[in-house]
Amino acid sequence: MKFLQILVDGFAISSLYGVGAIGFTLIFGVSGVLNLSHGSIMVAAAIGAWAMAGDLGFGAVGGAAGGVAVGVALALITYTLVVRPIQTSSRIAREEKEIFVLTGTLLWGIMVQEALAYLFTSNPKTVRPLIAGVVDIFGVRTPTQEILTALISWAAIGLLWLLVNRTKAGKVLLAASINPRGLTLLGFELPTIYFWVWALYGLLAGVAGVLLGSFLGVSSDNVGQLTASAFSIVVLGGLGSVTGSLIGAYVVGYLETITAYSGAPSIRTVPVLLLLVLVVYIRPQGLMGRR
Amino acid sequence: MLKSKTFPSLVGILLLLALLPFGVSGYILGLLTLGYYTAVFAMSWDLLFGFAGEVNFGPSFLIGVGAYTAGLLNHYYTWPIWACVISGGAMSIIAGLLLAVPALRLKGPYFGLVTLVAVLMLQNFIVLFAGITGGEIGLDLPDVLAVDDGSNYWIALAFMGVSGLILFGLSRSAVGLILQASGQDAVQAGALGFNVTKHKLAAFCISALFSGLSGAMLIFYEGTVSVGTVVDIAVGVQVIIAAVLGGRRTILGAALGAVFLIGMGEMLRPLGEASTFVVSAIALVTIMFVPGGFLGALLHGEKR
Repeated sequence: MKFLQILVDGFAISSLYGVGAIGFTLIFGVSGVLNLSHGSIMVAAAIGAWAMAGDLGFGAVGGAAGGVAVGVALALITYTLVVRPIQTSSRIAREEKEIFVLTGTLLWGIMVQEALAYLFTSNPKTVRPLIAGVVDIFGVRTPTQEILTALISWAAIGLLWLLVNRTKAGKVLLAASINPRGLTLLGFELPTIYFWVWALYGLLAGVAGVLLGSFLGVSSDNVGQLTASAFSIVVLGGLGSVTGSLIGAYVVGYLETITAYSGAPSIRTVPVLLLLVLVVYIRPQGLMGRR
Repeated sequence: MLKSKTFPSLVGILLLLALLPFGVSGYILGLLTLGYYTAVFAMSWDLLFGFAGEVNFGPSFLIGVGAYTAGLLNHYYTWPIWACVISGGAMSIIAGLLLAVPALRLKGPYFGLVTLVAVLMLQNFIVLFAGITGGEIGLDLPDVLAVDDGSNYWIALAFMGVSGLILFGLSRSAVGLILQASGQDAVQAGALGFNVTKHKLAAFCISALFSGLSGAMLIFYEGTVSVGTVVDIAVGVQVIIAAVLGGRRTILGAALGAVFLIGMGEMLRPLGEASTFVVSAIALVTIMFVPGGFLGALLHGEKR
């Protein structure tokens, strides 16, 4: 019974983690950026959905769509206002760009977090679920929204897979991650590609944020935790590897659920951290990473 | 470089600062005291990042280990303050070594991640053993450094002065140059016959020592040790912002940045929650447009 409960709950939370982490790994794979404002973009999308579905009266569906739009907009602002200027700045030495992007996105994330706390308070908020009701799965009473969460997550992952592997735009993305210089020689503008990757990332982070908001609820205090967990998942799976991130998401999701259900919810992240340290020491490139 | 003139002028500035308690209020002294301890955190971090080129995302791991070691020894065994502070520093080195020996094999984001994870682990650990460590609330300490503001200020100033001079001297010595070379191009530095790993490890230990000592001193100033003041990620972020804001690779800039940041935070307190927003925005604009930080901008004409 408890086993089934863990299986069902873990699946939903893992799928959701997967969507967020894939976005995170996508921008790293394509443009080499580790975006430390990830958590705040997710939370902003969730709070956007909460505000639009609630006070602004757009309804559950309109709110969810609005939340995702907030995610996309914020991702693009992050790119144009913070990441791009640092990447093109002539005052920052090339070998230091990485640390400056890390620090810059970290600061930007804190700014978004504080702005959210200021405008909407840091009280936890739960986004109105798209569908209400409870379904019985092998004797486990599961909210319909939880099933929908898993379904939407997998639909998003599936669409991304189709986009990358079956379309011309996807080929360009792949090429950008493998050999950006070769791509510029073929006449593609890298900044344009990066812009679209960030839009795609915003879409994924937005979906993950809204789903998280309707599933567990969010607060601006969760920002750091969310960034850290996306970072852990991605490193566990291998930086830049989409399949690895998915596997990582399930490992982290289930490990957290198991810890929480075995009577220690306060330390639900500890086993993940231990595993992460172990993986980083034994196999720094992660489960599926390439060197 | 400016070596011959810098040391005497630094000592001069420190002596001038030592006269402050005769002129300003206890409120400002208290603020500066906090600023000076944070300055030591930031300078230790700068030695590791600015010179060795290693991004330590968890300065508060080293600070927290030192602070909690000292705090526990004082709370449970009532060891005298000096013994607690020295043990705190020593424990920080041990923790730093445990972290750094395996972690230095890793590069870039991975090293950063491991240091970040170390902070999260320490935080979880403290909360998990709340019965001993006091958990989220923290422990109060039977001893404090001094009761009046003036003495506290002088102790902090002397501590910052000595730590700063050692760290600054080190950064300007041959060891500092080798560290800088290892940070910028580890392969070439190695080809020149320098043991890169050994130097980086030494830098990590020194950074750990001063972070631990300063963490331990800070809690005896405040009279309590808690996660929020010495372990939380926010503490580490503040240290990093201070160092980057003041100017990387300068050590002194880090101290400047730390005092500025503490003062700024206090001045913006009336803004309430928005104050963190403003401080972060200032830091972001600084790193984007003046990547050299305050001191980098000041010395720009002289250096290049």
